[in-house]
Amino acid sequence: LRPGTLVASVPLPQALERRAAPLPGGEESEYMLALKQELRRAMRGLPYFVKPGAPRRDIERYSDKYQLSSPMDNAIDWNPDWRRLPRELKIRVRRPRKGRTASLIPKQHVALDKEETIKKLESLEKKEEEVTSEEEEEKEEEEEGKEEEEEEYDEEEHEEETDYVLSYFDNGESFGPDSDDNGDEAVY
Amino acid sequence: MTQAELRLCSLLLQEHFGEIVEKVGNSLLRTGPRPLRLLVGDTGLLLDQVKKALCVLIQHNLVRYEVQPRGCVEYEARSERILRILRYPRYIYTAKTLYGDPGELLVEELLLHGLLPMSFAVSRVADRLTETMEDGKTMDYTEVSSTFVRLADTHFIQRCPIVPESPQNTKAPPPPAPALAIAEKDMYVVPRLSLVGKGKRRNSCDEEEEGEHKAKRQKQERGSSETPPDDGIYWQVNLERFHQHFRDQALVSAVASRMDQTSSEVVRTMLRMSEVTTASGASHTQPLSSNEIFRSFPAGYNIGKQVLDQYLALLADDPLEFVGKSGDSGGGTYTVSILCEELGDVGTWSVPGSPFPHPSLILLLLHRFGSRCARIFRLLLRKKHLEQKQVEDFAMIPAKEAKDMLYRMLSENLVSLQEIPKTPDHAPSRTFYLYTVNVMAAARMLLHRCYKSVANLMERRQHEMRENKRLLEKSQRVEAILASMQATGAEAAQLHEVEEMITAPERQQLENLKRNVNKIDASENQVDETIFVLESFIESTMKRP
Repeated sequence: LRPGTLVASVPLPQALERRAAPLPGGEESEYMLALKQELRRAMRGLPYFVKPGAPRRDIERYSDKYQLSSPMDNAIDWNPDWRRLPRELKIRVRRPRKGRTASLIPKQHVALDKEETIKKLESLEKKEEEVTSEEEEEKEEEEEGKEEEEEEYDEEEHEEETDYVLSYFDNGESFGPDSDDNGDEAVY
Repeated sequence: MTQAELRLCSLLLQEHFGEIVEKVGNSLLRTGPRPLRLLVGDTGLLLDQVKKALCVLIQHNLVRYEVQPRGCVEYEARSERILRILRYPRYIYTAKTLYGDPGELLVEELLLHGLLPMSFAVSRVADRLTETMEDGKTMDYTEVSSTFVRLADTHFIQRCPIVPESPQNTKAPPPPAPALAIAEKDMYVVPRLSLVGKGKRRNSCDEEEEGEHKAKRQKQERGSSETPPDDGIYWQVNLERFHQHFRDQALVSAVASRMDQTSSEVVRTMLRMSEVTTASGASHTQPLSSNEIFRSFPAGYNIGKQVLDQYLALLADDPLEFVGKSGDSGGGTYTVSILCEELGDVGTWSVPGSPFPHPSLILLLLHRFGSRCARIFRLLLRKKHLEQKQVEDFAMIPAKEAKDMLYRMLSENLVSLQEIPKTPDHAPSRTFYLYTVNVMAAARMLLHRCYKSVANLMERRQHEMRENKRLLEKSQRVEAILASMQATGAEAAQLHEVEEMITAPERQQLENLKRNVNKIDASENQVDETIFVLESFIESTMKRP
């Protein structure tokens, strides 16, 4: 609730007339408790936990090209079985195949000018499968300056010529707690 | 859908899938089925975000889609399925008790991912199990595979509907969405796969690996460009089967506390024999002959056929009718009655895991309104209809107090008032006013309260975490530093110095936080048990002819 909004006054909870019964303990409930907390923690790390994109930068910086994705990004690249889903939902989740980058880069530069997806242009060899012709057609629609998708960035296979280790370009923004979400918290 | 359910669904989605998925789910829950465009408009999210959220929700069976006659696709949220996220720990734990660690991890992986091919599930679980084993040991795929097959045979997991074969040469454009379907007979059929291999540790270089396994591993690391042998065949957890298991457990437990251990074993055996033949929502199992039951009885129990027959007769004679006799062939045929309303009044406050809402209702009254109120309630359950004076007399409670309690329960929908006029003019002085318990209404009221409770618990838990955010992060950083220092072989004194970065009061604060969060989490699990009982009861009562 934002401050200042009018809210119907909610009555404060009444004091309990008698104490609540203690929780039943036991091995089973202990184990289920641990399972619950573990599940919560695990799900935050899976690609199904959709995070909002990183905030847009104010100025385009040279180091943007070499930014590693923030460590909280979903490292597992999830590619659903598109055969089972409505066609309208298909998103390009993989980067273009290395062999075709030459033709794609100029086009993408134009379309995605200020977006952080410039770093997407760095192709990764291991993502070659799953790029079907259908995807190519849809690529036109997808590239109308839509928001970025954070993707894993493999340092070793980085193509751009640079004398510096990629961590040189880490401006420390991604270190430490995210001010936006609670993703970095310990989950009990 | 009530506000309470909506709020709970929202919280569950947000906690497990993030805010974007929550916004999309929320919009669907509040406004009903809609197409993609409208969803984007409603949520204010970007198109790709909504698409991704829908993919996630569909993957996890939380949203379904339907192609409308005009050709657009509509998406619909499945609120009852979203609420099941609360029960995931129970499903996983049950799988552990039935099928050990491989079973536990298989069910867990299926729940985490929504659906998986068998090949992936088996290799993933083998890897996880290998991580926990001693150095040099690995988990073989065959053990995990065979557990998978057992889960399928007993219907705890099932095949997902499949994409229909597309006709070879059709000029028509492909449909906007596939019409997934599966025949009942195929739902538990495990494809013949030869899954060969052993689990691998994350950072190990396993000398035992043969060339074939190594190649397979490299392929997996590259992202598996080869299509798996069971491509297109996916599996999911069959929640209904687990629910049936919970009901069976509760029945057995109720029999045990009313009668004795052996009687409960008889009932358990009968239920086990009927596991896959009892339709969900059925009121009785299929008839079983006492000969069959005798043969299936567990080996440990040394009881003769005649003794078994006596137990069956006892169970059938019991006024609560756990077991019914349905015929005489094969030494007498018997069924287990799953839907047994009177059972609710069984015993004392503490019938463990009863499948019926009455004990929960009684407990609610006991804790919120006191033992006298609970006494009145039980009285009404037993006697069905009572006038106020009768309540006072039977319950041995003074008039003023009894009246007060009855009105309280009335206002909470736990009891209701029926008017029986003695004369045609309905004059109040010549009308019976009878109090009665309307179990359905009471159950619904309690269920609603449960949803609210869990939502409150979750919000409180999240609040506790937020309040202590800085301290938690500090503690995490210190842990990380300690871990890396230990890895590089730091001395005890240095480690101690780092530990001191967290002051004693802070340590205390962290302890308190952990204790509180644990308590709240455990409570959420607890309430879900009651939710299960109430939902089952309401559902099966509504299905009755």
